[in-house]
Amino acid sequence: MNKVSKLTPIQKRRQRGAFSLLFLSFASLIGFGILQKNTAPVTYKFVLEKEWIAINEWTLDSRTGSYGFSCAALIFAIWAIFQFRRNKKIQLQSALGGFAILMAFLCWAASGKMIPFTGLLQGALLLSVPLIFGAMAGVLCERSGVINIAIEGQLLAGAFAAGVVASLTQNTTWGLIVAPLAGALISLILAVFAIKFSIDQVILGFVINVLVIGMTNFLYKKLLIPYQNTWNSGPILSPIEIPILSKIPLLGPIFFNQTIIVYLMYLIVAVIHLSLFKTRWGLRTRAVGEHPTAADSVGIKVNNLRFRNVIFAGLVAGLGGAYFTVGAVGAFGKEMTAGKGFIALAALIFGRWSPLGAVMAALLFGFADNLQGILSITGTPIPSEFMLMAPYIATIIAVTGFVGRVRAPAADGIPYNRGGSH
Amino acid sequence: MNKFKKYIEETSKSIALPLLAFFLAILSGGLLIAFSDPKIYKLWKSPLEFLGTGFASAGHAYLALIQGSIFDGNLTSKNFLLGFYPLSETFVVAAPLILTGLSVTLAFRAGLFNIGAQGQFIFGAIGASYVGFHYNLPPVIHALAAILGAIVLAGLWGGLVGFLKARTGAHEVIVTIMLNYISVYFLLWLLSTQTFLRKGRQDPIAPPVNENARLPKLFGMDYRINLGIFIALGVAYLIHILLSRTTWGFQFRSVGANTLAAKTAGMSVPFVMTSVMVICGALAGLGGAVQVMGSEYALTAGVAGSFGFDAITVALLGRAKPLGTVLAALLFGALRAGGLTMQANTTTPIDIVLVIQALVVLFIAAPAMVRAIFKLKNVKSGTDMAAKGWNG
Repeated sequence: MNKVSKLTPIQKRRQRGAFSLLFLSFASLIGFGILQKNTAPVTYKFVLEKEWIAINEWTLDSRTGSYGFSCAALIFAIWAIFQFRRNKKIQLQSALGGFAILMAFLCWAASGKMIPFTGLLQGALLLSVPLIFGAMAGVLCERSGVINIAIEGQLLAGAFAAGVVASLTQNTTWGLIVAPLAGALISLILAVFAIKFSIDQVILGFVINVLVIGMTNFLYKKLLIPYQNTWNSGPILSPIEIPILSKIPLLGPIFFNQTIIVYLMYLIVAVIHLSLFKTRWGLRTRAVGEHPTAADSVGIKVNNLRFRNVIFAGLVAGLGGAYFTVGAVGAFGKEMTAGKGFIALAALIFGRWSPLGAVMAALLFGFADNLQGILSITGTPIPSEFMLMAPYIATIIAVTGFVGRVRAPAADGIPYNRGGSH
Repeated sequence: MNKFKKYIEETSKSIALPLLAFFLAILSGGLLIAFSDPKIYKLWKSPLEFLGTGFASAGHAYLALIQGSIFDGNLTSKNFLLGFYPLSETFVVAAPLILTGLSVTLAFRAGLFNIGAQGQFIFGAIGASYVGFHYNLPPVIHALAAILGAIVLAGLWGGLVGFLKARTGAHEVIVTIMLNYISVYFLLWLLSTQTFLRKGRQDPIAPPVNENARLPKLFGMDYRINLGIFIALGVAYLIHILLSRTTWGFQFRSVGANTLAAKTAGMSVPFVMTSVMVICGALAGLGGAVQVMGSEYALTAGVAGSFGFDAITVALLGRAKPLGTVLAALLFGALRAGGLTMQANTTTPIDIVLVIQALVVLFIAAPAMVRAIFKLKNVKSGTDMAAKGWNG
C-alpha cells in the first residue's frame, strides 16, 4: 500500500499500463489460443502490384498463430514490466504488445479464411483520413482554448461545398478550393459566438452541427436530388503515384498511391505538429490554451489568436470534408459524414490533445472500422456492432483515467475576457 | 396586485427573447425556402413577380406546416372534429420530447450537460419493449411494469455518466457522446438477436408490445393522441416541484450554481451528480417508453428518431425551466408534425425544421445580437448558457 503511494503519477500510469498488457496477453492466450475450438489455416494475402520485393501470401494455422502471437504479447508485457521497474518508457513495448494481441485476435477471428492484409491497411488509412483532418481541426481549436464539437458540421459543410462546386464546374480543383472556405465559414460562426459573445462552446458546437445538418439536408432534397445532373454529379480525384516511394513493399502502395487530399493531410499533420511545438505561434497557442491571463500579461492578444486558430481549424476540417465527395465517391449524400466528426473528437481526446497522438488514435479507429467491415463480410464470431463500439468504449476508458488520465488544455472552453472573473 | 403586475413584467421580459428569436428564425427559414428554388431566378427580370413568387412559396410552406400541426380543413368533410387530427399528432410527438427535454433541463440545473438523452431514450425504449412483449400481465400492471423496466434500464445508463463524472472527473459531454453511439450499436445488435427478432421478419423490428402494455388512446381510434402527453405533463409538474420545493432539488441547484460552495455547505457532490443523472436517464427513458407504448408499439432501429438531440434545443429554448421546456417541446412537436405535411404537400423538405430549431437557439444564445436587431433594452440575457470548460 505504502509502496504504491510513493509512485509518481507517470509511474503509476506505466505500472497500470504494463500490468493491463500482461492481463490482456493472458486473456488472449486463453481466449484465442486455448479456448479456440477448431483450428483452420488463416491466409494473409498481400496484394502485389509493382513493389520491388514480392511478398505474396502467408498461411498459418489459426491456433498456432494465436498461441504464437499471444506468447509474443506476453514477452512484450514482461519486457514492459521490466522497463517500468527501471523507470523507463513503455510506449514501444505497449505498441508491440498491442499489435501482437491484435494479430492473435485476427488468427482467431478469421480462422479458415483469408485476410487481405494490404487492403486492410489501405482501407484503414482511407477511413481515417477524415478522422485525421477532423482531429487536426480539434487540435487547432482546443489547444488555443476553444472547444470544437462542431467538427462534424465543418466536415459536412466541406463535403457539401466540394461536391456541389466540383459538380457545377466539373472540376475537382474548384471543389478543393471551396471546401476549406465552407469549413472556415462554419468556424466563423463558432468563433464569433464563442469568443465575442462568450456562449458555452459545447452548446454552440452542438447547435452548429444541427444547423449544418439541417441546411445540407434541406438543400440536398431541394436542389441536389431534382437537379442531380448539374448539381450533384461531380468528378473524383484520381490517385497520384509518387515515383520511388510507391515501390516500397507493403507500405508503398498504401501510403504513396493516394489522392492529393491524402498528401495534403501528411503535410498538414507535419506542419501542425512542428509549428505547435517548435514555433512562436505554437508556443503562444499553447499558452493561450493553458493560461490566457499569463499569455495576455506578456502581450499576446488572446482572443485574436483564438479567433485565427478557430478559422484555421475550419479550413483544415473543410478540406477533410472534401475527401467525402471529390476524394471518394463524387456525389454528395445526405448526412454523409455519419458521425465521423465525433469519432475525430474521440481521437483527439484519446490522443491526449496532441497532434501525433490524435493521428495515431485516428489510424487505430480507422483500422478498427475497416477490420469490422472486412470481418463482417467474411463472417466472424464477434457481432460487428461490438467492433463498431470499440472507438467509443476506448475513449470512455481514456477519459475515466484507467490507463493514465487525459487532461484537456486548462483553459479549454473558457472564454477570456480581459479583467473578467476567469 | 402589485406582485401580480411584477410577475407579468418579469415573464414578459423573459419570454420576449425566445419569442423574438423564434420570429427571426422563422423569417430566416422563410427566406431560405423562398430563394432556394432555382425556378424563381428565371423571373429575375421582373422584381415584383420575383419577390411575389418567393414569398408565395414560403407562405405555402408555412401554411402547410400549420395544417399539419394544428388544424386541417381538408379533413373535415366527414366530421368537423377530424380537422384536429394534426393537433393530435403534435401532442403525440410532443410527449416524448417533453420528457427528453426535461432530462436535459434537469441536468442543466445541476450544472451538467446531458447530451446523452438519445442513448437513455434508446435504453428506455429497450426496457419498455422487452417487458411489453416478453411478459403477459393484467392490463394496468403490465403498462406500469413496462414503464418501470424503461426507467430502471435508462436510469442506470444515465447514472453511469454521473458516477463516472463523480468518481473520475470524466467530462459528462464526452462520456454521453460516446455512450450515444454505443447505445445505437447496442440496439442494432439487440434487434438481430433471437429474443428481439419478430417472428417471420428479417428487418430489425422487435415483436409488438402486448395490448395490455399499450397506453390508452384518449379520443378514440381515429386519433393517435394517448395518455403519454398527460404522463409527460405530470412529470413536468413533478420536476418543477422537485426543483423548487424539495431539499434534494435545492441540492441539485446548489451544485449547479457553485459546486465548491455546495461542497463547503456539506452537500455530497458525488451523490448529487450521480442521482441527478439517474433521474435524467429515467426521464429520457420514460420518453422512450411513451414512444414505444403510446405510438410505435414496437422497438425498431430508428425508434429514437432525433428525440434526444431535439431535447437539447428544447431545453435551451425553454431556458432550462420545466414550464418553458413543456412549451418549447409543444412548439417543436408542432414543427415536427407539421413538417411531415409540409414535405408531402409542398416541395419544402422537413429539414427546414432543423434549421429553424438551430437558429432559434443561436439567436437566444446571443441576446446581444437580438437586442441589436430589435433595438431593445429590457431583455433578459441568456445567463443560463454561461460557458464552462472541459476540465470544469
